[in-house]
This record gives sequence, structure tokens and C-alpha cells, in this order.
Amino acid sequence: MKEKAVVQGFANNLEARHRRSTLWRVVFQASTIVGIFALVALMINIINGAFGYVAYEAKVDPDTLTVDGIPVQEQSQEQLVARLQSTLSSGAYKKLENEKPFAQRSREEVYQLVVERIIRPQVVEVWNLWPSLTQADKIRATVAQDHPGAELDFISWLTTDFVTRPQTSEAFTAGVRTAILGSLWTILFTILLAFPIGVGAAIYLEEYAADNWLNRIIQTNINNLAGVPSIVYGILGLAIFVRALEPLTSGEVFGLVDPTTANGRTVLSAGLTLGLLVLPIIIINAQEAIRAVPRSLRNASYGVGATKWQTVWSHVLPTAMPGILTGTILAVSRAIGETAPLVVVGASTAISFDPASPFSKFTTLPIQIYQWTSRPQDEFRSLAAASILVLLVLLLSLNASAVLLRNRFSRRF
Amino acid sequence: MAELALKNTEKQTSTVNLRRRPRWGETVIQALLFFSGFFSIFTTLGIVYELGKEALLFFQMPEVKLLDVFTSTKWQPHTGNFGIWPLFTSTLLTTTIAMAIAIPLGLSVAIYLSEYAKPRVRSLLKPILEILAGIPTIVYGYFALTFMTPLLRQIFGRDVVQIYNTGSAGLVMGLLILPLITSMTEDALSAVPRSLREAAYGVGGTKLEVALQIVVPAALSGIAAAVIVGISRAIGETMIVAVAAGAGPNFTLNPFVGAETITGHIVRISGGDLSYDSVDYNSIFALGLFLFIVTLVLNIISQAIVRRFREVYE
Repeated sequence: MKEKAVVQGFANNLEARHRRSTLWRVVFQASTIVGIFALVALMINIINGAFGYVAYEAKVDPDTLTVDGIPVQEQSQEQLVARLQSTLSSGAYKKLENEKPFAQRSREEVYQLVVERIIRPQVVEVWNLWPSLTQADKIRATVAQDHPGAELDFISWLTTDFVTRPQTSEAFTAGVRTAILGSLWTILFTILLAFPIGVGAAIYLEEYAADNWLNRIIQTNINNLAGVPSIVYGILGLAIFVRALEPLTSGEVFGLVDPTTANGRTVLSAGLTLGLLVLPIIIINAQEAIRAVPRSLRNASYGVGATKWQTVWSHVLPTAMPGILTGTILAVSRAIGETAPLVVVGASTAISFDPASPFSKFTTLPIQIYQWTSRPQDEFRSLAAASILVLLVLLLSLNASAVLLRNRFSRRF
Repeated sequence: MAELALKNTEKQTSTVNLRRRPRWGETVIQALLFFSGFFSIFTTLGIVYELGKEALLFFQMPEVKLLDVFTSTKWQPHTGNFGIWPLFTSTLLTTTIAMAIAIPLGLSVAIYLSEYAKPRVRSLLKPILEILAGIPTIVYGYFALTFMTPLLRQIFGRDVVQIYNTGSAGLVMGLLILPLITSMTEDALSAVPRSLREAAYGVGGTKLEVALQIVVPAALSGIAAAVIVGISRAIGETMIVAVAAGAGPNFTLNPFVGAETITGHIVRISGGDLSYDSVDYNSIFALGLFLFIVTLVLNIISQAIVRRFREVYE
């Protein structure tokens, strides 16, 4: 009798238990969908910002610059230079000539200058992609009513010109070439510092280190460093590379820069700071790759009389290299996306010339995005969205190459 | 070849010396490798020494009173007010909001991936998580400012929600930390052996009961470690709050108004050309040291939990 009641209770309970199980299954699935939705929203939001209508007014109507019936777009270089000379103040003209003689500039560059300095298109209002697609008529009506003199164009903020133009303060002529080159220069020094030391440390810890207190401290320390917030590395870089090693990082000891204006806030300081930041990540990844090399390979090498280093250099490293490189690429893509430490180290807010040496002032792609995002005007938000697309494409191609490398060269034992 | 043969004959004639020859090349290389390994110790010493030195200078400055730092609710370097509370509360606020999003979502996604998802779905979802984890934080900052803030303002009203607010920064930070918690938790859940699950199914457990009463408790140490690492990451997160949480310290727990966090403050202060040995310069070292210690302690706790409470299965 009692048994039957238990069985009955169990059977009654069963339905509720299964119902609960299904319910939670839905909850777990929904959470996953929320996560995917967040990623999609992030991407759509960026694309939404990077395209759309823009209304602008030219300070000087380009039609008034027509000479002998030739519109300004088609004028020759001499005509454009003459226009610049006659319109700009002599001081401003000389300054441009000093930066780079007009004779050496291409016609495109001179035309850019005419647009920038004489025509001066000013953004009146910006619309994102979504309203541009859905309310085009309303936008046209608003512009016709509020800004009768303004032109309305549907544009992509991300263009090849945008990628190849240097940075300027005007939204229409701004580009990210300076920032891209800054990022590449910085990353070069990051790799030069972090790759050899990182791989060396991984070899030491995996192949040489005995299990004693010192090596345990080294290992623990590396694990802890990987969790230190990136901004702390920025502060460290400010104290050591920018300030304490200023003569070195500013290029003063090499006699390359004027000691009175020497400043440690350079590409070199930034690269070394990021190098310290990614070092623990590279070490941990390289250790994993080295650990995956089977014992038998080493023993075979020792068996034919190779020394420890010969074994490591000729057998362990070549086998582990795809893994090490994959880990390094992932660490480097983390460094490329870093912003906070570089702000602290002292990225320049507005520079329009390309970095040319390790001792140049710098800006990088994420810094540029940060600055444009922080500005209240909508057109700079659009520029930020366009540069985010550039950054994401860069990172995506790096990651894709890491995955390819892993699939192509990795060997399983 | 000839050389080798010659050497061999030479050796045969003389007595063979079997003693280990000193190999200077090997020693030099080993020393270099040791230096590489030891290099990271220098980084830690550098952080501790430089941050400690400048932080000490900060506390020795005449305008800084040690008691005020921990009791005053105002941080205004220009009027000589250095109370860490407003920076601390906003860091606490953004971190709490972020974890309120990231912990439940992250655990749910991890349980789904490890216990429910078919292999095909899993192999599709894992890369998505990796993409999310690889997106630079400044992009999340842009997302917070141009998507989350307008959304919040639409829901709660423009009068209630300011343009810069800790709420949207915290929510987006939760999304940033989500992949971290998910992947660490998923690793922990996957490490629980199949036999445990089969045994639970054998006594009639439902899928949910097996997941929540068998697998999750078995992986609890890994999950706890994931949560702590997530918290440490949230405290140190910078660019989202620098972009979206507002400039200017504000002693409040209202998520709809702007308030600067510790990291946000450091970024804003050092944004311009900071002159050495000024109060601002020294203060970022003191704040940086504080961040370093807090995150270090959290990371050590998380490692200790894993070591101490890990259930080891054969």
C-alpha cells in the first residue's frame, strides 16, 4: 500500500520535473540567443553609423572657382596652385610650401588642399544608415526647409580615400592613414620585445627549469601578470619608458632629435609598453605549444647524441612553431586593439604627419576611434564607426591567418 | 665525412676521454633563456616599485591627507579634495551591473553549450564567443555610447537618464565579460567526467537535474574562479567607462547619472600632456597601485580556489 503511494507520488512528480527541465532548457537557449543578439546588435550598430545621408554646406561655392569654363575638379595643378596662392594669406601659403613644396605634390594632393582650405565643406547634419533608408523623403524635406543652401548626399564614411588620407580636423577630409601607420610601427616594437623574450621564457620554463621555488615563483608571477589590468601597464610604461628612459626612447642619446624638444612619448615607448602587456600571454601560449611536443621526439634526439640546445633548436621549436606563432598572432591582435595603456603613455591627440621613425609621436587606430567617439558631433561618430570597421577587418584577417596557420601546419602526435 | 673519420681514428689511438666536456655555447644559451624567464619578475618589480614610489610621493604631498583619502566623499584635485569614495562607488556600480548581466547569462550559455547543445551547434557557437572575446574594448565603448545609452534613454525617459551614465557602461561591460565567464565555465563543466552524468541518468535524473545537481557542483571551483576573474576584469576595464560613464567624479549609486570610475579617471587625467610630479601625475600612480593590488588579490584567490577545491577525477 505504502509502496504504491510512493510510486504514485513519483509518477505525479515526474511530470513536474520534466516540465521544469524543459523550462530551464528554454532559459539556457534564450541566454545563448541573447548573447548572439548582442554580437549582431554590435555589428549592425557599427554599420549603421558608418553609412548614411549627410547634409553639408560649402563655405565657398565650388562653381565660383570655375576658370575659363573649366570646373575646379578638372583644373590643372598649376591652376589649382595659383588659386591657393591668390586665396590664402601669404603666411599660410608659405607654411604649406615649407611642409612640402607644391612642385613635389601630386595634383590629387593639391586638389585636396583646395577642397580643405578654400571650398571647406562643413557638415550640417548627419543621419545614420537606418533612418537614411527608411525616411529618405523626410530627411530631404527637412534639409530643404532648414538648410536651403546645403547639399544632401548618401555617403559611405568608409572609403579607400578614408584609409589612405592623413588625419585632419575636418570630418570630410579626415583619414586614418596616420593611425594605421602608427599602429603598425607600435606593433613592430611590441613584437621585437615580446616575441624573443616570450619564446625564450617558454623554452626555459618547459625545457630547462627544475621544479624549485624560484621557477615556481616565475611561473606564478607570469600567470598573475596576465591578469593585471592593461591600464596598470600604461602607468608602468609612463614611469619607465616615457620618463626614466626618456633619453633613450626620445632618441636623444642617438643625437636624432633636438634635446630641448625631446619627449619620451614616442612610438618606441608605446611599443615597449604593449610588449610588456602581451609578454605573459605569449609565454603562456608558447608554453602550451611546447608542452604538446611529445617526449619521444626529444628522447630520439638525445639518443643520437644531440645536446639539450640542439634538441630544442632542431626538434622541439620547429614542431612547436605553428602553435607558438598562432599564440603570438592572437596576442598581437590583442595589442593592436589596446587603447587605455596608450592613452596613459601619451598618444598624441592630433597629428597629421605619418610616423617616420621609432622616435616619432604617434597615434594608433584605437586611439583615433576613442578621440572621434568622445567628440559630441555626429559626423565624428560616423568617422569612428568607419575606423572601427577598418580595425575589425585588420583584426579579423589576423585571426583568420592564425586559424589557417593552426589548421595547416599543426601536427597531432 | 672525412673530417669525422679522421677524428674517429684519432680518438681510437689516444685514450678516449669520456668526461663531459664543458660546452660554453650551451651555458650561454641557458643563461639567456633564464634571463628571458626571469624578465617577467622585473615587470612585477617595476610595477610594485614605480607605482609604490609615486604613490608614496602622493601621500606625502601637503595637500593630501591620508585620513581624507579614505573618508572624504569628494575627489577634486584642484580644491585639494582627495577622497577615493566617489571613484570607488562608481567602479563598484559598473562592476556590479556588469556581473549581474555576465554571471547569469554566462553560466546559462556555458551550461547550454556543455550539456545541451549538439556538437554541430557547439562548433558554430564557440567561434562566435571567440569573436566576441576578440573585439577591442573601445568598440564596446562606442556600442555603449551609441546604442545602449539611447536605448536606456528611450526606455526610462530622457530626463531620468543622462547622456553619460554608469548604467549603460555597466551593461555593455557585462557583454564584454560574458565570453570570458562562458569559456572558463564551459571548460570546467566539460572537465567533469562522462561517468558522473551517466550514473545520474541511471538513477532517473532529468537533464536539468543532472546538469544542476551533478555537473555544476562538480565543477564549482572552476565556476567560482571564472566569476572572480570576471570581477577582476570588470574592475580593471577602462575604455567602456572612459567613453560612456562620464567625466567627473560623482558620489552616487544612481546608475542613470554620469560618474567617473577609477580607471576612467586615470585615462581622463593622463589624456592631456601630464606634467611630471604634479598632484595629478602622482595620483594616477596611487590609483593604479590600488587597482593592481585589488586585481592581484582577486586573481590569487581565484587560483587558490581552483587548486584547493578542484575535484580530481581520474
